[in-house]
Amino acid sequence: MSLLTDLINLDLSESTKKIIAEYIWIGGSGMDIRSKARTLPGPVSDPSKLPKWNYDGSSTGQAPGEDSEVILYPQAIFKDPFRRGNNILVICDTYTPGGEPIPTNKRAAAAKIFSHPDVVAEVPWYGIEQEYTLLQKDVKWPLGWPVGGYPGPQGPYYCAAGADKAFGRDIVDSHYKACLYAGINISGINGEVMPGQWEFQVGPSVGISAGDELWAARYILERITEIAGVVLSFDPKPIQGDWNGAGAHTNYSTKSMREDGGYEIIKKAIDKLGLRHKEHIAAYGEGNERRLTGKHETADINTFKWGVANRGASIRVGRDTEQAGKGYFEDRRPASNMDPYIVTSMIAETTILLKP
Amino acid sequence: MAQILAPTSQWQMKITKSSTTASPMTAKMWGSLVLKQNKKGPARSSTKFRVLATKAEGYTINRLEGLLNLDLTPFTDRIIAEYIWIGGSGVDVRSKSRTISKPVEDPSELPKWNYDGSSTGQAPGEDSEVILYPQAIFKDPFRGGNNILVICDAYTPQGEPIPTNKRARAAEIFKNKKVIDEVPWYGIEQEYTLLQTDVKWPLGWPVGGYPGPQGPYYCGAGADKSFGRDISDAHYKACLYAGINISGTNGEVMPGQWEYQVGPSVGIEAGDHIWASRYILERITEQAGVVLTLDPKPIEGDWNGAGCHTNYSTKSMREEGGFEVIKKAILNLSLRHGEHISAYGEGNERRLTGKHETASINTFSWGVANRGCSIRVGRETEKQGKGYLEDRRPASNMDPYIVTSLLAETTLLWEPTLEAEALAAQKLALNV
Repeated sequence: MSLLTDLINLDLSESTKKIIAEYIWIGGSGMDIRSKARTLPGPVSDPSKLPKWNYDGSSTGQAPGEDSEVILYPQAIFKDPFRRGNNILVICDTYTPGGEPIPTNKRAAAAKIFSHPDVVAEVPWYGIEQEYTLLQKDVKWPLGWPVGGYPGPQGPYYCAAGADKAFGRDIVDSHYKACLYAGINISGINGEVMPGQWEFQVGPSVGISAGDELWAARYILERITEIAGVVLSFDPKPIQGDWNGAGAHTNYSTKSMREDGGYEIIKKAIDKLGLRHKEHIAAYGEGNERRLTGKHETADINTFKWGVANRGASIRVGRDTEQAGKGYFEDRRPASNMDPYIVTSMIAETTILLKP
Repeated sequence: MAQILAPTSQWQMKITKSSTTASPMTAKMWGSLVLKQNKKGPARSSTKFRVLATKAEGYTINRLEGLLNLDLTPFTDRIIAEYIWIGGSGVDVRSKSRTISKPVEDPSELPKWNYDGSSTGQAPGEDSEVILYPQAIFKDPFRGGNNILVICDAYTPQGEPIPTNKRARAAEIFKNKKVIDEVPWYGIEQEYTLLQTDVKWPLGWPVGGYPGPQGPYYCGAGADKSFGRDISDAHYKACLYAGINISGTNGEVMPGQWEYQVGPSVGIEAGDHIWASRYILERITEQAGVVLTLDPKPIEGDWNGAGCHTNYSTKSMREEGGFEVIKKAILNLSLRHGEHISAYGEGNERRLTGKHETASINTFSWGVANRGCSIRVGRETEKQGKGYLEDRRPASNMDPYIVTSLLAETTLLWEPTLEAEALAAQKLALNV
């Protein structure tokens, strides 16, 4: 074994109480994840005990050069699956030195919505199905696809195994364990319909933690693909033509929906979502119009429709929810590059706070 | 390189020592880095299964292996359950995983699940949910710990088995009292062929050409005779670890072809164990970068096909006087040859030609120690007057649920008319 590996995996707990905290934040594009690490004197489990920090916002398109400091507020802690021991990952959001959230900080507004008493009372649960595509480095062509050509058409790849059907499973499987280790509520994974595309699900998470957990999972995925030498893409329609896009279907329920008579609440909520279709679509991810065509298990971007067990609808309600008279529904509109803080808080706002 | 050594050199200049006596850790560290730049390929894994991650540079591959082989049991009670089912073609194996809150022993403790049947040719898009019922649990040889593989079958939301679900009907047959009493045992010999990726030509064969004719390859060793043993051996241990009843393995007559056997298994288990072993084989070939095929005649010409010979016995066959029971069973099978053949795998007509150790697809025959027959009875069984029979007709892509339950049905639950029976007895020279 190389000495470098021994050093990376060195267990520091014998030699020192100090820990390493990787502060993670979202950069200027709204999709780029940034991080840097610092040493702390001892183990921490509560974000409020972590010091605020700052970074150079002019290098991430979030501040001008003459006034470049952006302040990081720690919001959620996860165990670091790369450094292990007592080392941690810290999900942060970003503020001006004056204490205002900077424009790209979507978490702050979401936190406001999630602390509204009506929303708190309804205990909103989210299950987010994050799809993503793996690309070969340098050529940016999907993993497993012949360079200069295409694989056989979709059909054999969904949930499949085999060297000619599943590309990149090591990434998916190591991501699964890494997230479980980190304390992220990862509930499952599967191979997707387009070869080289995969999905993981996070949830059920309550309120703001859905966003924190999804961003932490995305960070871990980006680190793992970095190790594997493969490029991660959250583009909602990576390849044009008869190839599925990538979404981030968001399953949602409130306390009333989960109790008896919940099905009626679900239908009312869906109606409210129908009234705000355009506003939601505008916030559900850049480039979604390339994906929501009405084909490839999507509903057309301009149409709002819902149905039971219908994968061609905007909102899908499961058969077991219909049968039990209570449960949850699935918003199939968000693209894979959506911001979960925006999507989760918007769904809560429209269905709980909006009075038509 | 020079820049990095500069601080050390400065220190050395003060103390006037040569660079070879610099701090041992520093020299060794950079030395090993230089070596690493010249080495290619993934580092050795110290764990049970060599994990072939996608090609990456040098040392960092260890970090992915570390995560893949991470033992989560010190950190959480949660386990990962890989739900496995059979897709729309009847031979494609599909799976996806979910987190379960704590370890389970019995399939009944696992929740039902569902999947998108419209992506596997098993449901329409507007009503796409297919429900998965967990039926059998095996330990997961890829994830280790308390993680599991779960063999499932597929139902509509109303609780009806979907048309491609062959397990449900087999389970009914195996619940029949007559069948239970006879404790049917199955030993299934699964043959398979390994193909090179991209060209789909058998492993070890020259691309654009053929290897030397069959002869040296059966159970052979040597770089010119045995291709892909790592897959067969890894599969053997993985199945034993998983709790599958794998009883042996051997290299086959056609180069690049292998066989493993599962059994003896009782009743519906035979099917569950074969499907679990096929899933594990598909995962292992995926890691090895080799394509698995269960096609019954992968290469036309003077090359063996791939079958799934099914050895079968009942309690009566295994006891004194069993040989007579075996002969009666063969009689019944001869009268339902057409039904069995049509259920014994797609493309079997390319394999059952009467050559290459097969019987012709249209002829039913049996014999002791005769590999050119539909049914072969071993010399031991004949000598002892009891034992089992081998149905050599099923193709490698057969569905074990169908084959095992059909054998039980025809030999235990079905009765021919007396005239038909007498005629057949004459034809086959069976005095029953």
